[in-house]
Amino acid sequence: MTTRRTVLKASAAAATALAFPAIVRAQSDKIRIGHLTPLTGFLGALGEYAVKGIRIAIEEINAAGGVMGRQLDVMSEDSVNPATAATKAQRMLDQDKVEYLMGEINSASAKTIMQVAARNRRLFLQIGARSDVLRGADCNRYTFHVDIPVTVMVNAEGQALLRDGMIKGKRIFALTSDYLFGHDLAKAAKAFVTANGGTVIGDELTPTDTTDFSPLLLKIRQAKPDMVATNLGGNQVTNFVKQYAEFGLPYPVAGFNLNTADAWAAGEGNLGGIWPTVWHHEVDTPGSKAFVAKFRKLHGQPPENHAWIEYVSMHIMARAMSETKSTDTEKLIAYFEKQPEFDLLKPRKGYFRSWDHQMMQEAYTFSVKPKGQAKDKWDFLKFGPAVPAANQPLEILAVKKEQNTCKF
Amino acid sequence: MEVLFLLEQVVNGLVLGGYYLLIALGLSLIFSVGGVVNLAHGAFYAIGAYVSLEIARRLGFGAAVALSPVAVALLGVLFERFILRRFYGADPILGLLVTFGLALVIEQAIRMIWGAAPLPASMPQELKGSVMAGDFMFSRYRLLLLAIVAAVLACLWLLLNKTAFGRVVRAGIQRPDMVAALGIRLEPYLAAVVALGVGMAALAGALFAPIALVHPAMGAEIITVAFVVVVIGGLGSFWGVVLAALLVGVVRGVTIHFAPAAGEASMYVLMFLVLMFRPRGLLGERVEKFE
Repeated sequence: MTTRRTVLKASAAAATALAFPAIVRAQSDKIRIGHLTPLTGFLGALGEYAVKGIRIAIEEINAAGGVMGRQLDVMSEDSVNPATAATKAQRMLDQDKVEYLMGEINSASAKTIMQVAARNRRLFLQIGARSDVLRGADCNRYTFHVDIPVTVMVNAEGQALLRDGMIKGKRIFALTSDYLFGHDLAKAAKAFVTANGGTVIGDELTPTDTTDFSPLLLKIRQAKPDMVATNLGGNQVTNFVKQYAEFGLPYPVAGFNLNTADAWAAGEGNLGGIWPTVWHHEVDTPGSKAFVAKFRKLHGQPPENHAWIEYVSMHIMARAMSETKSTDTEKLIAYFEKQPEFDLLKPRKGYFRSWDHQMMQEAYTFSVKPKGQAKDKWDFLKFGPAVPAANQPLEILAVKKEQNTCKF
Repeated sequence: MEVLFLLEQVVNGLVLGGYYLLIALGLSLIFSVGGVVNLAHGAFYAIGAYVSLEIARRLGFGAAVALSPVAVALLGVLFERFILRRFYGADPILGLLVTFGLALVIEQAIRMIWGAAPLPASMPQELKGSVMAGDFMFSRYRLLLLAIVAAVLACLWLLLNKTAFGRVVRAGIQRPDMVAALGIRLEPYLAAVVALGVGMAALAGALFAPIALVHPAMGAEIITVAFVVVVIGGLGSFWGVVLAALLVGVVRGVTIHFAPAAGEASMYVLMFLVLMFRPRGLLGERVEKFE
């Protein structure tokens, strides 16, 4: 006989039985994503911007209800060095049960994480590392690359230098960062210079922990070049530029890599020359303006290009997951390979090229404003026009298929 | 011509050695006080640089170079009184651990206060540029730096060797019991020496801010070099450190001239060779603990 009491008891028991798994569900229902980026070392300052940028995107997405009704749960960690990066990536997949991996700035660390991704057959959205070999000989089908690669930077910068008559018939002295990225950059830069009638008269490898460039400055003076070209990475550029201004050498400086943060750190009056960039906070689109305003409000300064790229990368993943209704690597790869166009907050949209997985997008150059024109300490960079020009295909700056050794 | 270029590198290396000297000498000085290798020394260098930027923004570059070391030296007094003093004569590993921990804390504190991104720092326009002496080129700023280092070195030597203060310190280092028996309280003297050492690190930070990167890990970068210099010169030896700093600067410069990629490694090779043949360092006294 059922009494009122037993019904109550039974329903209470049922309720607990149901409620319990519900709570567990709610937790595992979050989409866990592993995010690695250098937060210490010579790229640490860029990594700090990267984390700030991705956080803004995560908050926006979660505030709008998440993806497929699930909240994003992104764990950001310092990738430290290539070996640690790989260990952490594997741990994130095994123990933290992340769906896929994102991040990185250091090309050498990106390379080891790419290997982990391939071994585990899991997606890795490689955001900020620029080395060509990652998109060439070392490419794999599990990795997609967002930032512009070395070849694009060299072509963008090279075209600007060519236009200003700095390459043809000129003797160029190069300084190169002694790790994967620097070697890659030096190779591409040298090929460009040689192909356009210039001569590389010196190319000195510089360890990434070099803080004093004075012996190299003396070598530059001895070589008496027409131009000094830097293939340096991270805060090396800042150090070099400051000391170059200190010695006051007369040769013009240009470089094939410079992040806005490193330019800011050099301070007004120390920096000169023309430099390539992937994005700048003065890009004139409503999306960029909104992002810059949001970042300024939170952090009291304009965002750096690594903040921007992480922000758009998170939005790219959110769109990919909601359109495929999945976090599954194979589905996401198939989606990206259909070359959907993504809003990068730039005038033109970008897409991942299906056969080597690198983002095709606009690049820019910047130079330095004449003295006295800067409104504040973030404002001394003069933002240049987009390359390729609006009527040219985006792929014009990138490595051509017949030159690229990437095979999946 | 080649010989001349090389000579230029040697001279430039001497100038660079002067900068290493400022940090290494303080490290050595603090070691001689109580036998603690102060791994937080680089952190005080970093604080010196950051504080100098704050002062420079308000009062100008000259004031920054003068005031930042004083401010950091006062911090050094607190450091000596509340931390370092407890580890005098203790197991060296304890001193290493606590100062290493302090270095990490300071680095993180800097990151929290000023951010991880490097801060811009510039020198006054009139100090930029280079001076030609015959065929040699010198950075005007570095010549000034060298002059300041030479002045500091001279003052320090006079202070330690020609004043009553120096006599008490030297006696206290060797026979603290005798000094106590003579009715002299040693503590204030030792605190002053530590403050002096820390202040020198801060001076180096303030002077190097315009030509190096001002970022939270700058202390960790420099402490390794300073430690190598002190080890090569001999722990606690005044002239040993001077000699080693100049030697490291020159070896590094000449190495970069021939093989830039080996530049940073050269000083470690030098340290390795010195320790192989002379474990106490070039001019170090025999330390029983270490041999």
